[in-house]
Amino acid sequence: MVNEAMKLAENLFNNDVKMTPTRDGYGEALVELGESNPNVVVLSGDLTESTRTEGFKHKFPDRFYEMGICEQNMVGVACGLSMVGKIPFVATYAAFVPGRAFDQIRISAGYNRSNVKLSGAHAGISVGPDGATHQMMEDIALMRTLPGMTVIAPCDREETRKATIEAANLEGPVYLRFGRDKVPEVTTKETPFKIGKANILMDGSDVAIIANGPLVYEALDAAKTLRRNGVYCMVVNMHTVKPLDVTTLVYAARKCGAVITAEEHQITGGLGGAVAETLARNNPVPQEFIGMPDSYGESGKPRELMEKYGMSSTAIIEAVKKVIARKASGRIFAGVL
Amino acid sequence: MDIQNLKHKATELRIDLIKMLEKAGSGHTGGPLGMADIFTALYFGGLVKYDAKNPKWEERDRIVLSNGHICPILYVALAHADFFPKEALSTLRQLGTMLQGHPHRLDTPGVEISSGSLGQGISAAAGMALGFKSDKKPNKVICLMGDGELEEGSCWEAFMTASRYKLDNLIVIVDRNYLQIDGHTEDVSCLEDLDKRFEAFQFNVFRCDGNNMEEFIKTFEKASKPNGKPSVILARTFMGQGVSFMKDDHSWHGKPPNKQEAELALKELGGI
Repeated sequence: MVNEAMKLAENLFNNDVKMTPTRDGYGEALVELGESNPNVVVLSGDLTESTRTEGFKHKFPDRFYEMGICEQNMVGVACGLSMVGKIPFVATYAAFVPGRAFDQIRISAGYNRSNVKLSGAHAGISVGPDGATHQMMEDIALMRTLPGMTVIAPCDREETRKATIEAANLEGPVYLRFGRDKVPEVTTKETPFKIGKANILMDGSDVAIIANGPLVYEALDAAKTLRRNGVYCMVVNMHTVKPLDVTTLVYAARKCGAVITAEEHQITGGLGGAVAETLARNNPVPQEFIGMPDSYGESGKPRELMEKYGMSSTAIIEAVKKVIARKASGRIFAGVL
Repeated sequence: MDIQNLKHKATELRIDLIKMLEKAGSGHTGGPLGMADIFTALYFGGLVKYDAKNPKWEERDRIVLSNGHICPILYVALAHADFFPKEALSTLRQLGTMLQGHPHRLDTPGVEISSGSLGQGISAAAGMALGFKSDKKPNKVICLMGDGELEEGSCWEAFMTASRYKLDNLIVIVDRNYLQIDGHTEDVSCLEDLDKRFEAFQFNVFRCDGNNMEEFIKTFEKASKPNGKPSVILARTFMGQGVSFMKDDHSWHGKPPNKQEAELALKELGGI
């Protein structure tokens, strides 16, 4: 069922699938980078433990900068550090970077083409009980409008680890996004990862589900259920929103004739928007959007919130049915005309 | 360069500045005129290490212009220091120019940081100083700021970083001309008492007449002696300094002289 070349976790669909937060992979990668690259430095905005930068702090105290609660300045300082040869990783919540520091990111990081690595932790509604102020659902939209910015929303701990290491090796500004809640470990050490190259995790020809972040697992779960009913979905892990893998996306749209985008973000401006913009130009097909329906979040348990706001496998299944119906009616109209 | 020659150089910069802005038909005049003496001292007074033929020389000090809108004086200083040919000055703000309306690091040799949105250069300067200090390198970082710019809250975040990390390789120069677009700084906002504010942020605080070459150079030399704290020079300057009908008039903040005004200004500066 799953694409074997992707070397996904064997127990992916079992109850014993390992659950970890994506940010754990960030912390692991930073320690690895600390060892392999003396220019890597880390800046924390009074959120060392929750952004998982503690390990780096203890191992490389001289290269760890506690900045306090000053995200705008923190981004600027990181850009300055990059101008003197450092590779700074900025660690705080997505609500603040990019949320609060957008102008600094636009000018000091983007326009300057600074070699800074911004990380938005606790992104998405699955932050849970903290409520709407901390549930950043607009970060991808902000970041992907900036020329030259690389934007990555990894799906699990291991993919986050790989993305962080690749980000350090990529010259230029990068935005990495993580969640707070534990998510199933979908990928393994052997799963291929390349910034800007989407992975087809499951093949199919009825509908292509283009997902990233925690919605990748939900997409796989939905596709598995749909298969039992004879609906074959392709599942694409579009971890990099910018630069978007146009080739894989157009291939998926051509093969399936309909797409669903699935992300833990506003349905405007994020992955869904990027896919729609690309397909409108290259290969328009019916598209349905899984994401936050133009709303702020609220307090609640992560799972409850994902269900309530339609970002679960249940919602994906409904969207697949809907888009298949649109695809079919499109064919009928085409036949009549 | 001795003081007499530096003063002469400052007048040369002002002359080219007026010509450049008149030609461009757009750009800031008042602030650049007021800062002409300080830019002359920095680039020609032997205070700062740089190599115009190798703008990326690792051992150079970094001059960071945080109030990017006064870049015309930076461009004139860089051209006179041979970072690029003076002919380029006549292309200011034109399509395809290497001299953008606000400075862009990737376009202009000698520009250390793209700036224009106020309050950002100081954070970058603190980052550079932090990097040098961590690596125990001797490079200095000089950050030029406007006084109105200090109304941006993130400046004070950067000052906290500078004192937290004891960045005594950072010298902040505040262009204290008391004027901003909407008028007098103390009518628009409330900046005083700047000395006390910077002292409270654990800076060494120096005051000087920013249009007096000797005084500025002496102050800069004092401010650049490392003592475990960042330094700030509150340099009293006059917007429009050097051209009597522009002096201390905030209406000259963001407009260029027209042909007639330029002629008058050049006559006064001895440029015609």
